[in-house]
Amino acid sequence: MWPSVLFAASPLSGRSHYLHWGVIQISLTNFVIIVAMVVIFVLALVVPFPHGRSQDDERDSDR
Amino acid sequence: MNAIPTAEGAPSRSWTVRLRRRIQRTVPEGQWLPDRQPTYVRSWIYVFGVATLAALVCVLASGIILTIKGSAWWHVSSVGHFVNSLHLWSVELFFAFMVIHLWGKFFMAAWRGRRALTWITGAVAFVGSIGTAFTGYLTQSNFDSQWISTQAKDGLNSVGIGAFFNVLNPAQMLLWHIVLLPLIVGFLVVAHLILVRRHGVVPPIDALPPEAEAEPVADEAALRQPHEMLPHKMPQPQEIEKPGAVR
Repeated sequence: MWPSVLFAASPLSGRSHYLHWGVIQISLTNFVIIVAMVVIFVLALVVPFPHGRSQDDERDSDR
Repeated sequence: MNAIPTAEGAPSRSWTVRLRRRIQRTVPEGQWLPDRQPTYVRSWIYVFGVATLAALVCVLASGIILTIKGSAWWHVSSVGHFVNSLHLWSVELFFAFMVIHLWGKFFMAAWRGRRALTWITGAVAFVGSIGTAFTGYLTQSNFDSQWISTQAKDGLNSVGIGAFFNVLNPAQMLLWHIVLLPLIVGFLVVAHLILVRRHGVVPPIDALPPEAEAEPVADEAALRQPHEMLPHKMPQPQEIEKPGAVR
């Protein structure tokens, strides 16, 4: 499956592939996009946010 | 006849004074463009709202250029192709960021703390954006737009709106796409932003028990601590209206 996923995600793929689960049918491209969005969502929850300037730094820069 | 007073708080007949006070009551001065946020805002999940807004700016800018130059330009010119693609991919990112923003706010139950209208305006703006994108696909003036419109007409007719929303009428779809729906979505986005600034970003669920939400913040001094030390509790706008208040 994964080679076909990579192929569908490539911009030069001219053919469309579809996935079927019973009544559910989705294009492989849309499926890859949704999976990528879920991955980004999870990463946004777990990846630590870089620290900004502290209050002391701000006070120093204001002087 | 009342004279126009100079003191703040005194009644006035001047519409400019009354409008200024209304604006100040809606979003106090320090909350428009705050330079401090509660410590829980230091998370990537809070970035997707403003990322959505940035993508929307790109959508509007590229859309304005496409409007000025016209369909012949975006079909035959290389620069037109580029701007057309910029418009498309800005929309793709706009929706991707908006959906991730929606997921984050849904699981935060972001309608807590008198933020129901913030949630509603965001949700309706999302639905309006879908309509705007749909009419955009119908406005491409190519075989793709013809295919989409002929496929969509049966569905729209089946729910009874095909009589006044005719997807086979390119001129009507163009005006919906570049005038009517952008006005509606633009109004909703502005209202959403005003409400976000008014009520502040929603705190994490575990940081604020529901019974504490209605309690006023008594200790203003605590709110003036550096943002690393802020309690996980957002004050309501009527509780703190002084300029520069930490939100």
